[in-house]
Amino acid sequence: MRVQVRYFASLREALGAGEAVEVPAGSTLGSLRDQLLSRGGEHARCLARQRAVRCALDQVMADETAALHDGAEVAFFPPVTGG
Amino acid sequence: MQRSVVTIQRADFDLSTEVAALRDGDAAVGAVAAFVGAVRDRSDASAVSAMELEHYPGMTERSIEAMVDEAHRRFQILGVRVIHRVGPLLPGDQIVLVVVTSAHRHDAFQACEFLMDYLKTQAPFWKKESTPDGARWVDARQADDEALARWGLAVGNAT
Repeated sequence: MRVQVRYFASLREALGAGEAVEVPAGSTLGSLRDQLLSRGGEHARCLARQRAVRCALDQVMADETAALHDGAEVAFFPPVTGG
Repeated sequence: MQRSVVTIQRADFDLSTEVAALRDGDAAVGAVAAFVGAVRDRSDASAVSAMELEHYPGMTERSIEAMVDEAHRRFQILGVRVIHRVGPLLPGDQIVLVVVTSAHRHDAFQACEFLMDYLKTQAPFWKKESTPDGARWVDARQADDEALARWGLAVGNAT
């Protein structure tokens, strides 16, 4: 399946605004994060398990158990600080 | 007239104008509660000279609209207006407006506070401050998660 990943704030500064990623069937937000982590380098640093990273699926906040679908829009970002 | 409940914009807003528009001459409104958030010139013991607000276009509007729907479910309110600015801001600039109308003050106050507590922990905005030591991203606060928890919602934003 192919998903569109978007990054925001400090993640965007380190990893760029986003990219299309091929993921295996049955992937979740959590398995996608692991897949990106496994690239090493800046991806490993920014998405490390010790770091607070929030995620959204199709523009709705989601947790890492959320299942991906073909064409999904995924976003990874730091804890939000609006208001 | 159909007006937007939630607007994300770079331009400033005027409280009086927005209150008048929301009240819209409706004499069922007995109470108006409003909150305005502004950029401070200090943050965590540093001077702040400027701020940049980043957001997730599309998700920001949707997420706040969902919060407004939740406020309508929880409280007896008539109308809501939320404006959140994005882009470059300076100390003293207005950032966010929440206005709530109701028949009575209790629900107007409660809904206004609820919406701010919810927005602080769930709406996809990120602030970057300019300080004498350079630009830095603002950290989410545990206190904001705790504020939201008081409404029975656990989101774990800062943790």
